[in-house]
Amino acid sequence: MDIKWDQILIIEEPIMFWTFIGLIVSSIGLVAGLTYFKKWGWLWREWLTSTDAKKVGIMYIVLAIVMLVRGGIDALMMKYQTAVPENTFLSSQHFNEVFSAHGTIMIFFMAMPILFGIMNLVVPLQIGARDVAFPKLNLLGFWITTAAAVLYNIAFLVGGSPDAGWTSYFPLAGKEFTPGIGNNYYYVALQISGFGSMIIAINFMVTILKMRAPGMGLFKMPMFTWTTLITCLIMIIAFPIFTIALLAGMLDRVFGSHFFTVADGGLDMMWANLFWLWAHPEVYIVVLPAFGIISEVVATFSKKRLYGYHSMVWAVIVISVFSLLVWVHHFYTMGVGPTVNSVFSITTLAIAVPTGIKLFNWLFTMRKGRIAFEQPMLWALGFIPTFLIGGVTGVMLGMASADFQYHNTLFLVAHFHYTLVGGVVYAVFAAIYYWWPKFFGFKLNHKLGNWHFWLFNVGFNLSFFPLFFLGLDGAARRMYTYSAETGFGPLYMLSFIGTLLIAAGVVFFVINMVYSSLKEKRITDRDVWGTGRTLEWLVPTPVPAYNFAVIPKVEALDEVWHRKETGKALAFDEKEIKDIHMPSHSGLPFYMFVAFFISGFLFVWEFQALAIASLALPFLGMAINSFTSYDEGYYIPAKEVIETERKGGGEQQWKAK
Amino acid sequence: MESKITNYSVPTEYQSELGKMNILGFWIFIAAEIILFATLFALYGVYHDRIGDGPAGPEVFVIKDVVIQTVLLLTSSFTCGYVITSMRRGNVKGAIVWIAITLLFGLGFLVMEINEFIHYVNAGLAIQTSAFGSSLLTLLGTHGAHVTFGLFWGIILAIQLAQRGITAFTASKVHIWSIYWHFLDVVWIFVFTFVYLGGLM
Ligand code: HEM
Ligand SMILES: [Cu+2]
Repeated sequence: MDIKWDQILIIEEPIMFWTFIGLIVSSIGLVAGLTYFKKWGWLWREWLTSTDAKKVGIMYIVLAIVMLVRGGIDALMMKYQTAVPENTFLSSQHFNEVFSAHGTIMIFFMAMPILFGIMNLVVPLQIGARDVAFPKLNLLGFWITTAAAVLYNIAFLVGGSPDAGWTSYFPLAGKEFTPGIGNNYYYVALQISGFGSMIIAINFMVTILKMRAPGMGLFKMPMFTWTTLITCLIMIIAFPIFTIALLAGMLDRVFGSHFFTVADGGLDMMWANLFWLWAHPEVYIVVLPAFGIISEVVATFSKKRLYGYHSMVWAVIVISVFSLLVWVHHFYTMGVGPTVNSVFSITTLAIAVPTGIKLFNWLFTMRKGRIAFEQPMLWALGFIPTFLIGGVTGVMLGMASADFQYHNTLFLVAHFHYTLVGGVVYAVFAAIYYWWPKFFGFKLNHKLGNWHFWLFNVGFNLSFFPLFFLGLDGAARRMYTYSAETGFGPLYMLSFIGTLLIAAGVVFFVINMVYSSLKEKRITDRDVWGTGRTLEWLVPTPVPAYNFAVIPKVEALDEVWHRKETGKALAFDEKEIKDIHMPSHSGLPFYMFVAFFISGFLFVWEFQALAIASLALPFLGMAINSFTSYDEGYYIPAKEVIETERKGGGEQQWKAK
Repeated sequence: MESKITNYSVPTEYQSELGKMNILGFWIFIAAEIILFATLFALYGVYHDRIGDGPAGPEVFVIKDVVIQTVLLLTSSFTCGYVITSMRRGNVKGAIVWIAITLLFGLGFLVMEINEFIHYVNAGLAIQTSAFGSSLLTLLGTHGAHVTFGLFWGIILAIQLAQRGITAFTASKVHIWSIYWHFLDVVWIFVFTFVYLGGLM
C-alpha cells in the first residue's frame, strides 16, 4: 500500500474546503430537519424500505437529479476554466479530475438511474401489471446503485478523485502512471453499479415477458415498454463484459496483476476493446428508452397512432444487434489497420439507417396531426432536430479516414453531447412533464416549464454548436487551457455563456417542481392529457399502490385510445374488485447498501485481505434473504380499493377526441 | 405459496407463479454468466502465451490432479440430478441427502483447486507474474468462487428443505440452485478442454 495518510482528506484547495463545509452543513441540516419534524419513521417505512415500484422509481429519480446537479457543477467549473485563454481557476490535475467525474457521474449515476426510475414508474402500468416481477430485488437494485453513487462521490474528498477520464484508458489509468488510490474508485464503484444494472435488466425482462395483461401480445406492447425490453437485453449482453474489464482493471491496480500493463505480457489495448465492447452498447442502453419516451409523447400530442409501429420495433431490434458490432470506431486512430477500420466503418454507417427510420416515423406521426404544444411535446420537438445533428455528426465520425481529423477533438465532444443531452436528457424531461401528473395528481406549471425549455434549449445549442467549429479548428478535448494565439477564445466564451443558460434552465426546472407542488391545481382525471393512448391512463390519478383494481383485458395496441373510440367506460366494474395482494416492505436492501459500501471502500483503500473478507457482508445479506423469503405479503381489502377508485377519477366520461 | 404439492402433472418447481418467474429470471442470469465466462476465456485465449518472465502452462500444469478435479465435479453434477428426482418424488430426506453428497464432491473439488493454486505459486506462477498468470488464475478463481458460493447456497437450501419440506416454493429454489450447479460443471468442461488439454497440445 502506498497511501499517503496526509492525503486522506483533500481539503487544501479552497473549492474543496468549501464543498466539504457545505456538505457537512447540509447533512446536519437534513438530519436535524428530519428529527425535528419526526419524519425518520415515515422516511424509513414509506420510502427507504418500500418495495412499491413507483416509490423505488421516484427514489431513483431523486438520486439522479442530485447527481445531475453534481455533474452540472463539474460542467460549470470546466466551462468557466476554459472560457478565457490561460485561465488558472483549475489546475491541470484538478481539471482532469473534474472531467472524469463529470462523464462518469452523468452516465452511471444520472442517465441510467433516471431511466431506471422512469421504467419503474411506467412499465408496470403500461403492461397492465400491479408490480414488477421481483419487488424486493428491485429495491435492492436501487440501493446498490446508490451505494456505488455514494462511494464514487466521496472520492474527491477522501483519497482523491479518479482522473483518467470516464474511459479510464490504460496504461494511463494503471498504477505506473496514476499512483495512489484515487483511480480505484472508478473500478470499484462502477463494478457495484453494474450489479444494480443487472438487477434492473433481469427484473424488467421477466416483468415484461411474464406479467403482461391478458391479450397483450408482444406486438401490442407500447413503444416505451418495447424499448425497455430491448435495453434490458443489451444490458444482459454488454454488462458482463464490463464486469470483467473492471475486475481486471481493479486486480491490476490493487493486486498487481498484468492484464493491461505494458510489462510482463499485458496489453493496454485490451482495455480499450473491452471497454468499448460494453460502452458502445451502453450509449444505446441509454438512448433506446429515450426513443421509447419520444414515441409515446409524439403520438399522444399529435393525437395519432405512432406511424410505422412495426418498423419502429424492428429498428430497435436491429439497433440492438448492430450496437454490438461497432465498438472499434472509437479507436480507428490507434493502429488497428485499414481493413479492420473499413469493416467497422461500414457497420457504423449501417447503424444510422434504423436510427434514421425512427426519426422519419416521428415526423410522419406528426404529419397532419393536431399537435398540442404541451410541455412534453415541446421537449419532443426539441429532441428531433437536436438528435438529428447528433446522428449526422456520428455518421461523419463513422467514416474512418475522416475520423483521423475529428478524433478526440471537441467535434467528438459536441457529437456525443448532441446525442446524450439532445437525445437522452431532452427525452427524460419530456417524460417527467408527461408522466408527472399521473403520479402526483397535478401538472407542472406551464409558464415555468416554458422558461425551463427555452433556456435549456437555447443554452444547449449555444454551448455545444461552437464546439463543432472549435473541433474542426483543432481544439483537442480534455485540454485544461489554451493560448490566446489559437484564437479559440471567443467560441469557448460563447460556449460558457450557453452553459450558464442551461444551468438557469435547470434552476427553473427545480423551481417548477417546488412551485407546482404548492400551487398547481389538483387533478383526478384518469386520462390526464385527454389524449392518452396506453394503459397507464386507465388507472386513478394519482396512481394507487395497487395500480389496477382489476387487471384489464387488452384488445388493441393503444388500448385506452381503442376503448375511448369504442365508447367503453373507463372505471372498473366494482363487482369485479377483490382483495389485492401486495409485497411486504423490506429493510434488507438497505443493509446491502451498507454492506456494499463498506466492502467497496475497503477495496478502494487496498486493504487486500480485509476487503476480501468483507465480501462476507453482502453474502450474509443474501443468506438472510433466502431464509426470510417466505414472507406472504399483505392484502388491501376490496372495500378500500373501491373507495380509492371512486376518488381517483372514477366518474370521468370517455370520449375519443 | 406454502401449500404442499398435490398436483403431480406439472413438475414441482413449476407449480407456483413466483417459482416460474424465478426460474426464468435465473435463466436470464445464466445468460449473463455465459458472457462473463466467455470474456474470461477470450482474455485467456489472448494471454495464454504471454508469459513474460514466468513459467508457461505446460511447465506447471499437473494433469493428474486436474483429471481428479474434473471427475469430482462431474460426479457432483450427476448426484445433483438425483436431488431433483427425489424432490419430484416428494422425498425430502432423499433430496437432502443427495444435496449433502453433491456438496461433498464440490468441496473435494474446491480443496484440490486450492492445492493447485498453492502449487502454482510455489512453481513461480502468481497473478502478479505475467499476463498469462493473471488471466489463468482469474479464470480459475472466478469459477472457484462460484463453486464456493454454490456450496453455501446448497447448505442454506438443505436447511430450508428440512424446515419446510417440499413446497412449490422450496422446490423452485432447489431447482434454481441445481441449474446453477450444472452450469458450473459446463463451465469447468470448457476450462478443462481449453486450458488444460489445449495447453498440453
Ligand atoms: C447515428 C448513429 C451514431 C453514429 C454513426 C455514431 C458514431 C460515433 C463515432 C464514430 C464515434 C467515435 C468518434 C471518435 O472517437 O473519433 C462516436 C463517439 C461517441 N458517440 Fe456516437 N454515434 C452515433 C450515435 C450515438 C448515440 C445515440 C450516442 C448516445 C446516446 C452516442 C454517444 C457517443 C459517445 C458517448 C461517444 C464517445 C465518447 C468518448 O470518446 O468519450 N453516439 N460516435
Ligand atoms: Cu460508439
